[in-house]
Amino acid sequence: MSIFLTLARRELAALFLSVTGYIIIAAVTLLIGLGFVVFLTNLGSDPTLVPVTEMFYSSYFFWLILLVAGPVITMRLFALEKSSGTYENLMTTPVSDVEVVAAKFAAALVFYLIMWLPLLACLGVVSRFTQQPGALDPGAIGGTYLGIFLVGALFLSLGCFASAISRTQMGAAMIAFVLGVAFFSLGFLASALPATAQWQSNFLSYFGVFGQMRDFARGVVDTRAVIFYVSLTLFFLFLTLRAVESRRWK
Amino acid sequence: MIEVTDLTKRYAGRTAVAGISFAVNRGEIVGLLGPNGAGKSTTMRILSTFLPATSGTVRVAGYDVFHDSVEVRRRIGFMPENNPLYLEMRVREYLKFRARLKGLGWARSRQRVDTVMEQCGLTDVRRRIIGQLSKGYRQRVGLADALVHDPELIILDEPTIGLDPNQIRSVRQLIKSLAGNHTVLISTHILPEAEMMCSRMLIMFEGKILAADTPENLQRQMAGNSQVIAEIAAPVAELQRVWQEVPEIEQYDISAAEGEFYRCALTPRDGHDLRPQIFALTREHGWTLRELTRSRHSLEDIYVQVTRRNEEDKENG
Repeated sequence: MSIFLTLARRELAALFLSVTGYIIIAAVTLLIGLGFVVFLTNLGSDPTLVPVTEMFYSSYFFWLILLVAGPVITMRLFALEKSSGTYENLMTTPVSDVEVVAAKFAAALVFYLIMWLPLLACLGVVSRFTQQPGALDPGAIGGTYLGIFLVGALFLSLGCFASAISRTQMGAAMIAFVLGVAFFSLGFLASALPATAQWQSNFLSYFGVFGQMRDFARGVVDTRAVIFYVSLTLFFLFLTLRAVESRRWK
Repeated sequence: MIEVTDLTKRYAGRTAVAGISFAVNRGEIVGLLGPNGAGKSTTMRILSTFLPATSGTVRVAGYDVFHDSVEVRRRIGFMPENNPLYLEMRVREYLKFRARLKGLGWARSRQRVDTVMEQCGLTDVRRRIIGQLSKGYRQRVGLADALVHDPELIILDEPTIGLDPNQIRSVRQLIKSLAGNHTVLISTHILPEAEMMCSRMLIMFEGKILAADTPENLQRQMAGNSQVIAEIAAPVAELQRVWQEVPEIEQYDISAAEGEFYRCALTPRDGHDLRPQIFALTREHGWTLRELTRSRHSLEDIYVQVTRRNEEDKENG
């Protein structure tokens, strides 16, 4: 456990000791702020009954952050260590592969959550200036953050896997981005299928990140979705672990 | 401490290490010597559990590097080629991080970090960022890292490469000071360096171990055929006549040097040391002698010699 904490702390510190971490946070804060301004303007001219969190999630700023931040945070995890050679240093200390993968993923996840904190400030602004007491529902905010957490964890695990199989950071980021976009698009495929394709569209609807996120933003927590995200995240972490172990049978 | 039996490592289409066997005893400083691409780094990576072997077994302190990899890693300090470090960290912070990774407790890691910083001369730069240090200091950080958990076996891949002569001297002294308490395996392609530091040398070439002996024995084997260079002021004809008369000289070569001096390169027959004889001859003829040296073998000569001997063995046997 102490090795896990030591490793995770270093990974997190590495993001803040280099300029990368600050650039990511600044970019995300800018995008969140832009999205917020856009929907506040719309709200001013066109009042609606839709919860604030749902409006925010359906803006493309939100999805841009989700799809881009994952690869950018995770690309360095393994690929940078491999290209700089420190991977050799790391893997010849008495740490297990599981500890390395878990620590790197945990550090990425913590950073990702820190990155989303500015959204709270935006919601705070809404609650401070709104006349409607029900504009912000704690359930909806909790649901939104749970959705951000689950979807993010999945995208980060995709990124971890991409980084573990790449030698360069650029390669890792590209693979992770392609995987993320492919995954995101799968959900839309369900609606594009002909009505006769019953089981296919049923199957594909599980991958509907967009629809599931809408439920979360409304404060509806569907256990099927939660289990789906958690198990897929674990699956990709398992693949990452195998990729890390692969140097022993290559 | 190290037992390597029939170790082979093949990369796709290329054999990096071809069935080598050797053993290293506790407390020895052994040099792995060879030109680039001889398989030194690959061997060290396998010893340090980073790479698996294609075939053969490697045991470190009685543990198999593949099956008991974590037990092996607990007992080794490894400094990889080019000494990779986390450049954004500070010296003390980095060493503490590494000590914790290697399983040292909080208090013990603090104490060990202070000890190795003292030992490697890093105390003055302990708060500096590694990326801003000179190459010599970085090398010492790498060494300190290899030493921090007081390992039984220290594996250093080219520890002095790219350093200036002063830095090389201090790194060598540091490595020599480890003898006795630690077993050290270092790789280098500089022969005098290995001679200076190591109690035994393994010469690797094209994935094989060609020779394994103490530096003195290897030198003695090689010295047999080494040329003697003599710069003498004398008429050429006379020099030629004299060299021809000496039965121990197999071959000679005379070239003009500045002034009235001539440079004679003399190859001995059957491993004679020609120097005393040449000195006696110059005195006898009343010549002026300004240089008399026996050329020391460079590593390349040793490779050439050992490979030639191997081929002859093959032909004879």
